[in-house]
Amino acid sequence: MLALRELGKGFGTTAPRPLFSDVALTLSAGECVAIMGESGVGKSTLLNCIAGLEPVDHGSIRLDGVELTELDDDAFARLRRHRYGFVFQAFHVLPHLTVMQNVALPLWLLDRPNREARQRATAMLARVGLAGRGGDWPRHLSGGELQRVAIARALVHEPALVLADEPTGNLDPQRAGEILDLLLDCIRSAGASGIIVTHSRTAAARTDRILRLTADGLDAEALAR
Amino acid sequence: MNPALARIFLASLGRRRLATALSLVAIALGVALGLAVQLIHTAALDEFGRGMRLVSGEADLQVLGPRDGFGDDLYVSLAQRPEIAEASPILEIEVRLPGREDTLRIFGIDVFRAAAMQSALMPAAQTPAPAAADGGADGEANRDANRDAYGDANGDANGDGDGDGADAEAAGPDRGATPFAALAADALFLSPAARAALALGPGQTLAVQVGTREEVLRVAGSVPAAGVGQRLAVMDIAAAQHVFERVGRITRVDLRLVPGTDPRRAQAALRGVLPPGVELLAPEATESQAAGLSRAYRVNLTMLAAIALLTGGFLVFSTQLLSVVRRRQELAFLRALGLDRRAMLGGLLAEGGVLGLVGGVFGVALGYALGALAVAVVGGDLGAGYFEGVRPQLRFEPLASAAYLGLGVVAGLAGAAMPAREAARLMPARALHAGDEAEVFRSRPRWHAALACLALAAVSCLAPPVGAVPVFGYAAIALILAGAVLVLPGVVRLVMAVRHERRGFLVRLGFARLAAAPGQAVVAAAGVVASVALAAAMAIMVSSFRGSVDDWLSKVLPADLYLRASPSGASGFLTPQTVARIGEIPGIAQAQPVRFDTLRLDDAHLPVTLIARPVADGARIPLVAGAIAPEPERSGDRSAWISEAMADLFGLRVGDPLTLPLGSRERPFRVAGIWRDYARQNGAVVIELADYRALTGDERTNDVAIHLAADARPADVSAALVSALDARTIEIQTPGAIRTRTLAIFDRTFLVTYAMEAVAVLIGLFGISTSFAALATARRKEFGMLRHLGVTRAEIGRLLALEGALSAAVGVIVGLASGGAIALVLVEVVNRQSFHWSMDLRVPVAALAAFAVALVLLAAFAARLAGRHAMRQSAVLAVREDW
Repeated sequence: MLALRELGKGFGTTAPRPLFSDVALTLSAGECVAIMGESGVGKSTLLNCIAGLEPVDHGSIRLDGVELTELDDDAFARLRRHRYGFVFQAFHVLPHLTVMQNVALPLWLLDRPNREARQRATAMLARVGLAGRGGDWPRHLSGGELQRVAIARALVHEPALVLADEPTGNLDPQRAGEILDLLLDCIRSAGASGIIVTHSRTAAARTDRILRLTADGLDAEALAR
Repeated sequence: MNPALARIFLASLGRRRLATALSLVAIALGVALGLAVQLIHTAALDEFGRGMRLVSGEADLQVLGPRDGFGDDLYVSLAQRPEIAEASPILEIEVRLPGREDTLRIFGIDVFRAAAMQSALMPAAQTPAPAAADGGADGEANRDANRDAYGDANGDANGDGDGDGADAEAAGPDRGATPFAALAADALFLSPAARAALALGPGQTLAVQVGTREEVLRVAGSVPAAGVGQRLAVMDIAAAQHVFERVGRITRVDLRLVPGTDPRRAQAALRGVLPPGVELLAPEATESQAAGLSRAYRVNLTMLAAIALLTGGFLVFSTQLLSVVRRRQELAFLRALGLDRRAMLGGLLAEGGVLGLVGGVFGVALGYALGALAVAVVGGDLGAGYFEGVRPQLRFEPLASAAYLGLGVVAGLAGAAMPAREAARLMPARALHAGDEAEVFRSRPRWHAALACLALAAVSCLAPPVGAVPVFGYAAIALILAGAVLVLPGVVRLVMAVRHERRGFLVRLGFARLAAAPGQAVVAAAGVVASVALAAAMAIMVSSFRGSVDDWLSKVLPADLYLRASPSGASGFLTPQTVARIGEIPGIAQAQPVRFDTLRLDDAHLPVTLIARPVADGARIPLVAGAIAPEPERSGDRSAWISEAMADLFGLRVGDPLTLPLGSRERPFRVAGIWRDYARQNGAVVIELADYRALTGDERTNDVAIHLAADARPADVSAALVSALDARTIEIQTPGAIRTRTLAIFDRTFLVTYAMEAVAVLIGLFGISTSFAALATARRKEFGMLRHLGVTRAEIGRLLALEGALSAAVGVIVGLASGGAIALVLVEVVNRQSFHWSMDLRVPVAALAAFAVALVLLAAFAARLAGRHAMRQSAVLAVREDW
């Protein structure tokens, strides 16, 4: 489904220093992987490259056979709205929209009729355990609840690929476990693939594969279930 | 405050450079406009007052009559009174200069009396420079003829009677000159300003108009003490009476009392000997009456500048509020570290204070520059025609400068006050929590407070003026503006409740955001409301005024041609014989003569204008009350039709008796009607020409309204008139030309108003721009998240433009509504109380609609432009920040 080949990225403009190079990954439909690595190695940057939010220096990214590195900014944006879902460490739930509106946001982007958007958002909220909370404002929700909203938003439009950057970084260990289970469950049941960047080995252990990012590429780690 | 802490607060101004710069510009513009208006008016009034003091000299009291003057026997009887130490007669004439647009004020003085009383008017004889002596050749013959007629004994007294001055090196004070030089029949002495304006030197001649004749006067010297700001000329009173056909007439007597005399008692005793229509006033009273005439106009402009400053205050408010929102967590952190509320409040107020102070300093400097520019371009009266002939010199005014600098600081502090209070109130624990800033924008509708403001505004409109200034009218305008700002959150909610669910993603997102955080629209729209309200109000008022003036012109100019010998106050006039000749010219069906004079009805008001016209013979009056034909039971008295200003100033209504001093006697009249007059602010009264002639014996005419025969062409009749009369001494105009000229003067008067309005609108747009720049920066994480979800940069730009347009649209809607209300106050209260003019309300719908659309588009563009920076910022970096 997703194939990365010889992906490389540096940073700095005058004398670019390599961040990572020769990254290769093949992700099947329905598969969830965790990417770990030291701070500053470029885990979030790799996610951004996959999402087209940062340009790569070289290499190839193919999604369902389509070469993504050749897409321009707007084409990538349109691709993201159809095929990608995001979950952030800091939730990024819009404070001026209700919970329902936040979840429906990707459907608004796809110009789905309002009734359909409402129905699907309601169903998604029930799926993440927030049935009946659609009318609430985000400021009335706890951190765990906010991340549930973010998960609902990431999956409501049935994306092919969900990218999660430290989705449990702001949560306590117990809540973190629940949320990660919920996220993986939702991704798998939707038939989507997932890439989860995390520092938590416990969290990573819940995915299908653990990969370690270094300056020289992605290495597979033995699963420690 | 601790200097380190102060740095933390003030450094914030440096971080948001665009917002700070725009706030500074807004405050500087408000301060500059206010100060410039103040400086110009102070200078103009000083120069005007100086001019009045100059001509009144050291007089304790002045005897003043109608413009046409009174008999000089009064001077003789006053001079003999035991209370009087010195009396000086003056004949003041506004003299028309043939072939020129402007007039010249000539003072006929008794040099022997004036030497003791009006030393500043004393003429100084000068010998002509050799080149100058050749000037005005066409006047030579006339001058000689004039001297022959009047006797040339005095003419040669200073040795330059032959006019060649060949042996003089250059023009300069003539050491051999005696006071007798000033007694020459044709000797005219010009003030430095008049000399400069007329470009005349000693020995040169100046043609002046008397009736429809030309007389030639010789520039015999200067009036050195008149100063550079006063355009006037002086000649001997007897010569002036003779030249201008006013023998036996004077217009003023200046009196100095015997030392030790009680001025009030003397005033009471002297009043008894004055004929009707002649008043006794202290020079200060005359000065203050004349200055009071322009007061309303001056206050109006100052109020406009105040609104510009108010808009600047709104801008500080919006930028400070947004800055506080953006720094909410930083401020909460400082509070958590132990900074108390008072220090927090002080630090944030200091930001506003520094903005006000720096903006104020720039504003003061700009104010002087603007003032100098305005005086140079539109004149010391700012185009309103109050101080014609006065050339004010701007001076450094430390008090006014300090006051306006202080107002700048107050605007900055006032703008920062509410955001500072809001920040000082914040709960550190909650504010440190992500998403809390949305609370600030959840402003609630304040319908009750808004309604209370509007109700109070309505009540204020009913209150009378204070000292001829519509103080309560201005209070009503301020209350309407306050009500408009209070009503904004409610209106935002109403607008956002419009069904938009079927529309696109951007509309849904924009509406949802503004509906949930109306405070954002309120912040952006607050400045727009004030400037749009002002612009709309002025547009409606000016349109109503201009339309009414246009209608009025068509009513007061029913004839086909107008002929006049001079402006109503000047020295030109037509004799009955001339009018009769005009009536006989082929193609003229009717020639209606009009006579102008002024009448002093009491010593508390300026003179009113008397207009004598053949009313019963069809001369039209634009009545707003009463009738042309008097009611039968009132027909015993003669009819008078008074202007609205006169009705207001003298408290007169239709049917009231009215006494007019005509022909040195009190004559009973009755008010038959009240008419609209936009030409004379201190009042005018129309009476029948036949009544005027019967009561005064004055047969002269200033204007003739000419009705043509059905087959006559105006151009042919004009040509016939010019060949029958002297083209240099008459003016013939069509109603169309008069209308065009009048409306051009009208537009010039409002030029300064338009400029100030434009500044206020510009500041309002700054408000939108800075608000959105600050909001876009504060929302970069939101934009980052949206970019992750697949929103393109262009779509984020469109979202910003949409929100900018929506906020501006709300501001424009509320601004237009409140502008309409303010226009009503301007038309019905401010104008009525200031100038005593009524007008028909006309709303320039198309222009306002175009303005509204343009403003919304500009706001969209400004918001889009302001957000450019935030859109450029990497979306990726933004989402990594803690929300």
